Amino acid sequence: MNRLEREAAARRIMERVQPVPPPGLYEAAVRRGSRLLRRRTAVRRVLWLLLAVGVVVFAVWALTVQPWAQAPSETTPTFTDW
Amino acid sequence: MRERHASQGARRARDFESFVAGAGGRLLHTATLLTGEAPHDNPRARRLVTLALAHTYASWDRLRGEDPYDRAREYLATRFARGAWHHHGGLLSRTRPHPDSALADLGPHERLVLVLRLFEGIGEEQVSALLGMPQERVHALCDRATATVLHPPRRAARPVAEAGVAAS
Repeated sequence: MNRLEREAAARRIMERVQPVPPPGLYEAAVRRGSRLLRRRTAVRRVLWLLLAVGVVVFAVWALTVQPWAQAPSETTPTFTDW
Repeated sequence: MRERHASQGARRARDFESFVAGAGGRLLHTATLLTGEAPHDNPRARRLVTLALAHTYASWDRLRGEDPYDRAREYLATRFARGAWHHHGGLLSRTRPHPDSALADLGPHERLVLVLRLFEGIGEEQVSALLGMPQERVHALCDRATATVLHPPRRAARPVAEAGVAAS
């Protein structure tokens, strides 16, 4: 028996008995699939919301602290007696 | 806008229903071979197929011309591979194939490779990519599994092993 014949024989053994699909397979798949979709939408919504909150918090912080403004120099000692 | 959305949903439901009607039986056959259950008593295979179809339904709008059958089969195989790996140690009796299964003498990895290669007719290279397994290993597993299926070992010993499981 060569390789091809062996593979064909194994294929025939696997194809011998066909299981019958259960009734309601389509309904179950749609039910679970819709649940998956809803969950994905919810997760995406939460992530967008988190992003929006982050942007707002950052903007408020930046506007109040204004890290780009240079602080007035108060550290240099005055050179008076030398 | 809403009307278009609704008609799109109806079309998707129709398409998906005909897909399930056409591919459900074949997918269930594949899954039953993978789980090593008897063709008439296959709760694990049914669960696998339902999950795979649910995932296909969820990504139906994003298939972009890809074959939904390929998508479902891929999910089925990778999901089973993960399950097979987790159940591999311990709990042998849970994954032991039913004697009525065509692949009763094979381990989970041998079943997986044999079914994908020969029953589903996927190329060696693609199977190795799908399972993250070297191509030589796919080749060796497939050869060994084919030999075991054609010449089943210890035919006489199986009832004894089964009795042992039933007694424990």
